Amino acid sequence: MFSPALAEIRFGCGLSPDLPAITSVEDILQRLAGPDHMAATYQIDDFDSLLPRLVDFSRLRRDRRSARGSDAYDDLNDQFKSFRKQARSTRSRWFGQIIQRHGQTKDGFRERLALFWGDHFTAQGKSGLLRLMGAPYVDSAIRPHVSGSFADLLISAVTHPLMLHYLDQGRSIGPGSRSAQKSRRPKGLNENLAREVMELHTLGVGGPYSQRDVRQLAELFTGLSYNPKKGFQFRRNMAEPGAETVLGNQYGGDPAQLEPIHAVLRDLAIHPATADHIARKLVVHFVEDTPDPALVDHVASRFRDTDGDLAQVYAALLEHPAAWVPELRNVKPPLDFVASACRALAVHPQKLKRSSPKTLNKGLMTPLIMMGQRWERANGPDGWPEQDAAWITPQGLAARIRWAMLAPRQWVTRLPPPEQFVETSLGDFADGRVRFAARAAETQAEAIGLILSSPAFQRR
Amino acid sequence: MTLSRRHFLTRSAVIGCSAAASPLLTPVSFASAPWDTRLVVIILRGGVDALDMLQPYGDPNYAALRTKLAGGPDHGGLDLDGFHALHPGLKPLMPLWQRGELGFVQAVSTPYRNRRSHFDGQDLLEAGSAGLGEVRDGWLNRMLQQMGGVESRTAFAIGQGEMKLLQGGAPTSDWAPDAALVLSPQAKLLAEQMMVDDPMFHDALAEALELSQDGTMGLADDADDMMEMTMPLPSRGKSHQKIAEFAAERLRGETRVAAFSINGWDTHSRQAAGLKAGFGRLSETILTLRDGVGDAIWGKTAVLAMTEFGRTVRENGTGGTDHGTGGAMLLSGGAIRGGRIYGQWPGLTEADLFDRRDLMPTADVRAQAAWIMRGLIGIDRSQLEQVVFPGLDMGADPGLLL
Repeated sequence: MFSPALAEIRFGCGLSPDLPAITSVEDILQRLAGPDHMAATYQIDDFDSLLPRLVDFSRLRRDRRSARGSDAYDDLNDQFKSFRKQARSTRSRWFGQIIQRHGQTKDGFRERLALFWGDHFTAQGKSGLLRLMGAPYVDSAIRPHVSGSFADLLISAVTHPLMLHYLDQGRSIGPGSRSAQKSRRPKGLNENLAREVMELHTLGVGGPYSQRDVRQLAELFTGLSYNPKKGFQFRRNMAEPGAETVLGNQYGGDPAQLEPIHAVLRDLAIHPATADHIARKLVVHFVEDTPDPALVDHVASRFRDTDGDLAQVYAALLEHPAAWVPELRNVKPPLDFVASACRALAVHPQKLKRSSPKTLNKGLMTPLIMMGQRWERANGPDGWPEQDAAWITPQGLAARIRWAMLAPRQWVTRLPPPEQFVETSLGDFADGRVRFAARAAETQAEAIGLILSSPAFQRR
Repeated sequence: MTLSRRHFLTRSAVIGCSAAASPLLTPVSFASAPWDTRLVVIILRGGVDALDMLQPYGDPNYAALRTKLAGGPDHGGLDLDGFHALHPGLKPLMPLWQRGELGFVQAVSTPYRNRRSHFDGQDLLEAGSAGLGEVRDGWLNRMLQQMGGVESRTAFAIGQGEMKLLQGGAPTSDWAPDAALVLSPQAKLLAEQMMVDDPMFHDALAEALELSQDGTMGLADDADDMMEMTMPLPSRGKSHQKIAEFAAERLRGETRVAAFSINGWDTHSRQAAGLKAGFGRLSETILTLRDGVGDAIWGKTAVLAMTEFGRTVRENGTGGTDHGTGGAMLLSGGAIRGGRIYGQWPGLTEADLFDRRDLMPTADVRAQAAWIMRGLIGIDRSQLEQVVFPGLDMGADPGLLL
């Protein structure tokens, strides 16, 4: 059954001592339908606005390389290093903005969805400045679409330069394309993106597709490309001539165009297998690792009935009683744990804003590495694990406890009284054992650390 | 994960009333391990320069390619076989070479070609597949999946970086010596009691505290009081030695496989300084492992150090080398047939090179690892070729083991 505390803990960013908890499912959905206040207040640069910096960085790197052994090298090397340092500082600021959003939002479900879909569509830079541009990718390509149609979200993510780079699509060349024929070096198809689109993004690993569909989709995808100057580009000379057949439907032809690629993505987006896959993943992420089949079916059928209208899909999730099982069965991943702890501690926005990148790194971002979640560096295109056991390892839990004991005093001027903090951070989920620990700890810092380490706070 | 209350109740009953007095005394399972030999895999991240690790001074083209980074006995290299000299940074390992406990395989690589990205190169090295994106788990985990009786402590991934080669369906353990949890006795007790109803948390805490003891044993009983808890930040500096000490401690017990990384091999500039430090760390690591496990276990241990790719045969303008293809693999341990350099030397004339710039790979690094696992652990060739390294042709046995 709905309760404000459960709503904030399970579907939001956790309880805050200052901000009122959300009052109803309708309230959650209405806020999500409204403007994105947090993105406007705590901004992260738009991906495309950073393209000129990509170009500058590549040029500087090239110049530095060709100046090797000459007198100009040292100066160019210094320039290169300071450019890179600044880019890393900017990335730390973006991380700080995400913590701010989690701390200040009254629309916590949106933050959770941005993380969920950013992970579903994991894309990572593999070299140079792109390695630092994960947050702008999520903010530009994912976040604006989290409550729209799944097809739009899919197209936006899959055709984004960072995704094309990450899954090698920019190098995939139709064997019969003009580009391949002109080239002296062997060039060819790369199936990486096509496979992940079906396996991870849409139909799911057991989905009704064959290797032949992967191959055909890879041929259809040829031409999807980007360049650092202009961003996304469709390059016809890389495209494999002729039409392709994916899951029995024919797409494209000559001349090659972008529209048939959008068409196949729209069809994949509303495929019944996609509905099942996405529904299950949402329920696993938000409710529990072994989900109630009735809840999954309910969400999947809404997905099918609305052709993947995500606002409706979320409404189906939130209206079902199984979504409100009172026992907290999932574990917060490290980022969510740290962010919700900052929210519970009411870390002041000015404190975060004024902190140096180094302070943000040492106090918030780098500890995530020891907790097993180096920010924006999931292991592969399948993103972070959903199973709780992957996080609550000896090493992961040790790092959470250490952070919980030591970090709060860095971020708030005065630690809250433990007996009060138990109530404000856990609400109805404070059990006798946590209350006892909060009372019996020898120091205030240990008491706060224990409360934040408790299963009641770690779970959601 | 479902909460297994029965499991928890059983455990509580075993610990019984003493739990209050000594709540963190967990029963350590000394299950008999499924096999007795030890395998240590070290990933050297960044791309080690094979031509500087094993300086091929006997090749007539070598000296002209490496002028600033000149090697061979006339430049401080330690002669190994009249053709190759060892980088002086690995001098501490010479006694192992002389005893036949150190060897190399020259000119090996993964199937990765042409792109030369660390990211993809390491992914492929750890996936063990022929191409990228073909499998999601790592080859060392797939090896464990083939073996019966594997428990979580059978294999340890050590240190802060991800060890993708050990990830997958078989249970493994992760720990980093710098993850140690130091709590006051009161905080320990309260944390333990607070988690008592949640077995996943309770077990992880108990194990974390137990693992945190390692390395502090032998100190005074109140060692915990003397150590101060620090923020969970990866340590810098001598972490390789702590990792090796921890690995040795586990390998003396029920652990049969350990994997960890040593970083810092991407020597685009000032390679002389970079490799001196890197090989120093690698030497210390191997010697710490050997001393830590002791003679009996060292005798049945094989250490494999592998890297994602080699480097260009020509030095660049900043006293370094750039990303290449063929590289070298280091073997150590009492189980290996050391004192020799395996592999087929491809030569260094322009026509011998891969893409006219890199050492030409003459063998697959996966085949070397496969033969070692074949001999050391007894896993079937068909499983190695079909499952552990799907599609690999292991070829003839190179005889890397005694």
